[in-house]
Amino acid sequence: MPSKTSAQAADPLQLKHRLTWKDVRKNLYKYRGIYIMLIPVLIYYIMFCYAPLQGLQIAFRDFRPGRGIWGSRWIGWENFEMFFTGPYFLSRLRNTLLISLYTIVVCFPAPILFALLLNEVRNKYFKKIVQTVSYLPHFISLVVVCGLVKEFVSTTGLINQIIEMFGGEAANMLMDPGKFRGIYVISELWQTIGWNSIIYLAALAGVNTELYDAAAVDGAGRFRRIWSITIPSIMPTVIIMFIMRIGQFMSVGFDKIILLYNENIYETADIISSFVYRKGIIEANYSYSMAVSLVNSVVNFLLVVLVNKISAKVSETSLW
Amino acid sequence: MIEKKTWVDYTFDTINHIVLAAIAFVTLYPFWYVLCASFSDPNLFIRKDFVMLFKPLGFTLEAYKQCLTPRVLSGYGNTLFYVVAGTLISMFLTFLGAYALSRKGWMGKRFITLMIMFTMYFSGGIIAIYLWVEQLGLVDTVWAVLLPTALSTYNMIVMRTAFASVPESLIEAAKLDGASEFTCLFKIVIPLSQATIAVVVLFYAVWRWNDWMSATIFLRSSSLYPLQIFLREILLTSSADSIVSTGGSSVNTTALAEIIKYATIVVATVPVLCIYPFIQKYFVSGVMIGGVKE
Repeated sequence: MPSKTSAQAADPLQLKHRLTWKDVRKNLYKYRGIYIMLIPVLIYYIMFCYAPLQGLQIAFRDFRPGRGIWGSRWIGWENFEMFFTGPYFLSRLRNTLLISLYTIVVCFPAPILFALLLNEVRNKYFKKIVQTVSYLPHFISLVVVCGLVKEFVSTTGLINQIIEMFGGEAANMLMDPGKFRGIYVISELWQTIGWNSIIYLAALAGVNTELYDAAAVDGAGRFRRIWSITIPSIMPTVIIMFIMRIGQFMSVGFDKIILLYNENIYETADIISSFVYRKGIIEANYSYSMAVSLVNSVVNFLLVVLVNKISAKVSETSLW
Repeated sequence: MIEKKTWVDYTFDTINHIVLAAIAFVTLYPFWYVLCASFSDPNLFIRKDFVMLFKPLGFTLEAYKQCLTPRVLSGYGNTLFYVVAGTLISMFLTFLGAYALSRKGWMGKRFITLMIMFTMYFSGGIIAIYLWVEQLGLVDTVWAVLLPTALSTYNMIVMRTAFASVPESLIEAAKLDGASEFTCLFKIVIPLSQATIAVVVLFYAVWRWNDWMSATIFLRSSSLYPLQIFLREILLTSSADSIVSTGGSSVNTTALAEIIKYATIVVATVPVLCIYPFIQKYFVSGVMIGGVKE
């Protein structure tokens, strides 16, 4: 086919010899439309993802807005030392890790169980209704969700009314440091259980039904079939989702935290990223908060790389 | 598949249905409670001599009359602007990026893909973004809300997956007829990817509707605030007196303020709830496309 050979000749990447300027020019010309399209996209990434990175250096400087990022005095690791030796480091790290851990322990398995239960429902309409209802919280804005939580756990709110019905005592739970993590995790569960089950339901829909028939012929009961066919068939999905979840371990969403917390419960509710927000954006203490934020970003990035390495070795499934 | 049901099956099915119905109830009940509370008579509601609310206590529209303040209405207007303008900008960038990434042969593709993917795993954090946007002089303008979050790498990858499934031969044939890359994108690839485009448009639009972070960080003047910022003030940070406007001396201020909060939640959520049943299936398919590994 002559057309194929000419296409190959015009495409220097397919050739074995070294790239010459001529090849580069040819490629640039042949794909000029694509390069033009890339310009706005690259401008976006450079302007709003890469250019801001120059600000990272203020973690090592004594940043004064008047002098600018490059003109402020270089002070080395001082900001980091202040954070690591200060009173906040351990408590904020502990809060971040605990809130993340509790969230994973409760909110990771729940959608899987929910999907397994839904998968056992034979009535199509019942299944559809439960599914549709369970996705709903995903579409409600976080501000409204937090507003609901605050109303419900307030002294006269719904939760306290139920507690009083059972003889308990009503109290504003958001003022109680011991209850914040529980409130956070339960509201998170309410928000995510349905939505996060979608991916597992998709995996379950792909299971070969002949396997079930064969198992039934062999006398396997309901639970036996769930255990030996259903669960193994969604395991790859579960593992991938778990890896992705662990990779986000340090990046707990601080937007929900800052919507819910108040200064009475900072000791259990304030996490590293909400601390950064408060010190940086609210108190304009840029250098210090940048140092804290940098520690968080680097740990988070290393965690993603590490988790990916481990998973590539253990399960041959990796993200990239 | 015909098989005999044993008592184990019956018990399991019954418990399973009860558990799932309970989950659905717990998900839905807060919305029902809010709806009932918003129509309730404030003086009856504040006494709280009920355990669970299943219908409004009395009936009044007072809360709805008071919750639509000029601030909330201007927030509504601003949010509409951010949703429409933001989604248009986002879709434009997403189309271009996704098309480029879905085509083969151009030089530098590996490098640019790597550069784009890296941003999903490492970012400078909010302080770095804030300082940069301030340096650009965009703080307290609509651009600070629209531009820094204009493109979602995740959505672009979802879109690329759809674009890549358009047969290469169609594009090659069009190019032999002299079509440019732009013609291929707008006349062939986009018309063939409508389902995914609907998904991505909805992802962007709902995200914009709910976004309050950008506005909190970058905006100062309340004339630019989206609805979510006013919602935060009303629901989370304000006192009763600042919510209730003058007049109503016969009603308890605290009581009315609480009802107004519920009415505000209804007003802010109804648009999403109305379109939700029609759009949720697109969202579900979006999650599936995004879940597919390359």
